[in-house]
Amino acid sequence: MAPPAEVLAVRGLSKSFPGVRALDDVDLTLHPGEVHALIGENGAGKSTLIKLLTGVYRPDAGDIVFQGDKVSFATPLEAQKAGISTIYQEVNLIPLLSVARNLFLGREPRNRFGLLDSARMNREAEQALGAYGVRVDVRRPLRALGVGAQQMVALARAVASEARIVIMDEPTSSLEPREVETLFSVIRRLRDEGIAVVYVSHRLDELYAVCDTVTVLRDGRRVHHGRLADLDRLSLVSTMLGRELGEVRREGLTKFTGGHHATDSRPVLEARGLTVPHTLHEVSVSIRPGEVVGLGGLLGSGRTETAKAVSGALPTSSGSITVAGIPLRGGSTPAAIRAGISLLPEDRKSEGIVPGLSVRENISLAVLPRLSRFGLVSEARVDSIVDTFVERLRIKASSPRQKVGELSGGNQQKVLLARWLAMNPKVLLLDEPTRGIDVGAKAEVQKLVDELAADGLGVLLISSDLEELIEGSDRVVVLKDGAVVGELTGDEVTEDKLMRTIAGHSPDGDAVEEAATDG
Amino acid sequence: MTVTKTQAPVSVDDGRRPAGDGPVGPARSERLTALVQQHGALAVLVIVSLVATFSFDSFATGDNVSNMATSSAFLAIVALGMTFVIITGGIDLSVGSLFALGGVLAAWGSRHGTLVALLLPLVVCGAIGVVNGLLVARSRLAPFIVTLAAMLGARGLMLAITDEGADTYLIGKGSFLAELGQGSTLGLGNPVWIMLALFVAGAVVLRRTRFGQHVYAVGGNEDAAALMGAPVARTKILVYTLSGVLAGLAGALNAAWLASGVTILGNGMELEAISAVVIGGTLLTGGLGHVSGSLVGVLLLKVIQNVINQIGSLDSSYQQVVSGAFLAVVVVAQTWLGRRRQLL
Repeated sequence: MAPPAEVLAVRGLSKSFPGVRALDDVDLTLHPGEVHALIGENGAGKSTLIKLLTGVYRPDAGDIVFQGDKVSFATPLEAQKAGISTIYQEVNLIPLLSVARNLFLGREPRNRFGLLDSARMNREAEQALGAYGVRVDVRRPLRALGVGAQQMVALARAVASEARIVIMDEPTSSLEPREVETLFSVIRRLRDEGIAVVYVSHRLDELYAVCDTVTVLRDGRRVHHGRLADLDRLSLVSTMLGRELGEVRREGLTKFTGGHHATDSRPVLEARGLTVPHTLHEVSVSIRPGEVVGLGGLLGSGRTETAKAVSGALPTSSGSITVAGIPLRGGSTPAAIRAGISLLPEDRKSEGIVPGLSVRENISLAVLPRLSRFGLVSEARVDSIVDTFVERLRIKASSPRQKVGELSGGNQQKVLLARWLAMNPKVLLLDEPTRGIDVGAKAEVQKLVDELAADGLGVLLISSDLEELIEGSDRVVVLKDGAVVGELTGDEVTEDKLMRTIAGHSPDGDAVEEAATDG
Repeated sequence: MTVTKTQAPVSVDDGRRPAGDGPVGPARSERLTALVQQHGALAVLVIVSLVATFSFDSFATGDNVSNMATSSAFLAIVALGMTFVIITGGIDLSVGSLFALGGVLAAWGSRHGTLVALLLPLVVCGAIGVVNGLLVARSRLAPFIVTLAAMLGARGLMLAITDEGADTYLIGKGSFLAELGQGSTLGLGNPVWIMLALFVAGAVVLRRTRFGQHVYAVGGNEDAAALMGAPVARTKILVYTLSGVLAGLAGALNAAWLASGVTILGNGMELEAISAVVIGGTLLTGGLGHVSGSLVGVLLLKVIQNVINQIGSLDSSYQQVVSGAFLAVVVVAQTWLGRRRQLL
């Protein structure tokens, strides 16, 4: 690639926050049609760099030269108007507004009276989304769409606004494999049109699939930049973590030990024929102590619903659940918790942490009733529990009094895990435990899952990261359209076998293709 | 991660899937729920009106209808501004005081000519609305507290002008202002026509202009709206200003109708306006609603009041009991429908 001129040149960018040097003298160059991977652990400075580029923050030092001119954006709107669009990890659109109005907010087509032209807006929205393989009624509210489709709307929005640079901050964290493929084809089209893409992701396969060049940040500094093809995966990970290559190689890319914890004892959790109208049909799962059972399947296959039904958060119309041989009344979360079932929910922001409360308060939230006598809580017992788990889960916080909202995603997830472990559960349901957390923290959470299983807990693991699901699980129960379509055990637990089971019962390639196209 | 190798076109979603990891729910019942949420109040209004027509001979008479329409007009104009504020996720408690202040200012100003009488309340109440908006948008204070302060302040200002309510300014008979409030066109009072024109304009602004889109966006998800480039602060300042101006105008028209600036009016009017807006299908949490619903809400409250007046044996205090109970039922129904729509 020999592009004429750079579209963006960042020189010596620095930004400090009270107590932290978030970004320290960082350079970044983008050429038209370049797909640039920006990677680093959480806290390495990726978000800060993106926010400086898009006008959310203003730099303490350094220059941003965009299309030959030194720029200083005061707001995201200014950056957007100049031609720098951003797609955020969590879909940032208006759920109650229609799909078309979301797509056109701020640049709605207007008729000669200056009023919005709804008909034209809907027509153009349909066309624009059709190009991304999204076929929906654009007049419906956005929230009626699945997360993947919402992300595509965000993408269409970013691209449609005549961007010269599109920044994608973990765009695939809520996408299914086939949606990821659509995203990649869009990225390739952008590249062919001469638009520069900054791609942030923790998924290495994706980086190697679409990116040409890479910048690695660590502790706010640029530690590597160049062509991605010149850096193999292990070197990439070791550069990012700042660990020795040999260590990474020895320990593998995930922290799972391979899992041989399954014992012959009786199941600690036995769910039989769980049915939720329109959602689950006769789903049965059993977990033995010390076993990690994976739930495989695509978005919408009923994985999260299965976990919710088991934990009592989703009322079932039929089916039975027994915990350690004792029948459980369904549809009641308190009963499930008392029986020893703990659910780590998928969406830790809305269903898990209380960001304004401290680490200590977040950990002790669920266990408080057990630590209190006549309604008064024993502070000493809370302290001892909190200290135990902060140490055991290696939670990095300045003190137990630090607000959880200030911690990194990985540490927030550990705090949540601690909250449920404090309840002394027999069964742990983990719904996407490593989504959106950096490689280092991911490895730690994976290692913890292993340790917990080794301690005799039954673990149900849901993950969209196939590598994690395969390496972490002793067995994988595969769901499709709310029903169990297969179970992989022993040597069958491979990515290939899982893909085939998800795609259809027959092992031939046609079934795979069908499954990939039936929406 | 391995990606399935396929050349077939990839389709992301059929649009019938709810947010989250779950299979399909029927779209038709979702539409039905939406319909009930948006137009339930209208159905109730029609039913109550029909029942009242058959039960009381004096209900559907020209005089009674025309009176109801005129007395609804003032509250409706206030509720129009409130609709904008509530859709952004805010609330404006100052409108009752601004209504009274607007009336007194109009009556006081009528001694200096019609122009002063009309402009003074709009400018003063609008300015208080601007201050509300600035404090909410720029200083990021809670709308509840900001507009509560404005409510107390505006009432104080009104009392100061009228010497603690001792002075009542009159609007001269036959002046343009009096004609605006008391006259009628095609059988309906002028305030009703003004109110209808404002609602048409309000509906167009809300649904068909960028400002209207921003109002919905700010209420739907403020952070996302900001990232999408919507001018969040400006939108908020504008809606509080609009609410203030409309409350002042409603007060001025009301004074013109009564031919004097009555100081004891407007108490609790902010709550009546909020009730009407919520009954009309606007979510108190913002992001969803429309002006026609608020008009229906106002009419419904006024019809219920009228019906209770028709039942001579019932103390008029029961109006408030019925209105309160009705509001509670509506909020419960709204919440239930809202949850249903999210679950479907």
